[in-house]
Amino acid sequence: MGTITTNDLRNGTKIMLDGEPCTVVDNQFVRPGKGQAFSKTKVLYLLTGRTVEKTFKSGESIETADVIDTDMDYIYNDGEFWYFMDPNTFEQVSADSNAVGDAQYYLIEQDKCQVTLWDGRPIDVSPPNFVVLEVTDTDPGLRGDTSSGGSKPATMHTGAVVKVPLFVNIGDKLKIDTRTGEYVSRA
Amino acid sequence: MSDWKPTASIETLKTRAELLVQIRQFFAERDILEVETPLLSHHGVTDRYMKSFQVDGFAGGVGFLQTSPEYAMKRLLAAGSGSIFQICKSFRQDELGQRHNPEFTMLEWYCEGFDHHQLMEQVFELLEALAQTQGFSVALNKRNYTEVFTHYLNINPLSISDSELVELAGNLLGDLPSELERDDYLVLLFEDRIEPLLGQNGDIDCIYDYPASQAALARLNPDNPEVACRFEVYWQGVELANGFYELSDAAEQRRRFEADNQWRVSQGLPRMTIDQHLIAALERGLPDCSGVALGVDRLLMILLQANTLQDVIAFSADRA
Repeated sequence: MGTITTNDLRNGTKIMLDGEPCTVVDNQFVRPGKGQAFSKTKVLYLLTGRTVEKTFKSGESIETADVIDTDMDYIYNDGEFWYFMDPNTFEQVSADSNAVGDAQYYLIEQDKCQVTLWDGRPIDVSPPNFVVLEVTDTDPGLRGDTSSGGSKPATMHTGAVVKVPLFVNIGDKLKIDTRTGEYVSRA
Repeated sequence: MSDWKPTASIETLKTRAELLVQIRQFFAERDILEVETPLLSHHGVTDRYMKSFQVDGFAGGVGFLQTSPEYAMKRLLAAGSGSIFQICKSFRQDELGQRHNPEFTMLEWYCEGFDHHQLMEQVFELLEALAQTQGFSVALNKRNYTEVFTHYLNINPLSISDSELVELAGNLLGDLPSELERDDYLVLLFEDRIEPLLGQNGDIDCIYDYPASQAALARLNPDNPEVACRFEVYWQGVELANGFYELSDAAEQRRRFEADNQWRVSQGLPRMTIDQHLIAALERGLPDCSGVALGVDRLLMILLQANTLQDVIAFSADRA
């Protein structure tokens, strides 16, 4: 594990704070008044997802975190863990529900995902921006006036619940934006 | 590879050139003499938090790039120059950010016989003249440091207890470094909670009467020694200038330098040689005067409504 000083901080730098890996999302050098200089930062704690304003004395040394984003293939879920494989090394890692979070509703076997590894351990998973999911449940009785743009909830085969237009039926395949969880179109 | 290109547009550099002409004209109209002093000298600064760049091979030894032209200009004043101004480069190690570049352009001037209130008014006259050329109209708003804290944070910065101050800073500023001093909390609160609100809606805010503990090179207010005759100028949330009713007591100046050096040694920093030329000049007698340093790059940034210093400097540090 290396150390850096505040002079090396950039947006995206990964550092250790309170034993937790963090990413710097904002960093500002200030030297207010005639006193000492500071680095005013905003950091995102990668395990808990909270964002905190943190001020360092300029020149202070900070421990870096071994955090990398890597492209991996999602392979399967055994009910407890989600398994991903590095397509180059064929190495597999298992991610728990904390790491996978809401991404679990968009994971489709063989899809390429971005997995964030801390010391080789998955701590975050980002699915592709768009996925195609199949509707397993929605109220077929609701037809109504489609021109008014009405919507209804639909449950997808991955468990995701998405607001869909009234014309959608069970068995339809839909394109979903995983960043917003919104319906895009029929696939 | 486009790194060879300037970070400022050619249009911006033309405005920069015009700005320098207007500044010189302003001082010429007031019979204030333009001077040039060495960028490289035998002495650095003892300042606790400013680092001078050190240069080898200077007149048989080590030299230092100036962090400001203050000492040399005070020697000129002591030698009878009368009121003077200078536009020059200053250098500070490790200062890099949206509003900082390790090498920057400073306008510094001293007016004999002026107190800090008269100088604030002159700073405003200059800014008003420059603002007009870019189509801004501005008004001077002089505000007492204590009153500003009361207005924005509802505290008295001089009388608030240490524990209340630490608690307030903790609540408003998030996670702070340990081992901060009282003034650190005040400057951080000021920087985060007050500065962005200053100099808005056409006002140029001049904040004066800083706590004596933040006096730097200002004399203390004879009517209220809790505060120093120091001011800062803010426009559109940006600190543009810092001025003093200058300390002229050589013994007090030497005492402050030595205290700085003691502190530096206690922190494992190198002891800096005290500039004996400055002390000798002060002993000879600095005329009664006020002085101010203004960041030219920051001023241009505001006049052109640019976001960062890089936008107004031909080649910022990463491309220099």
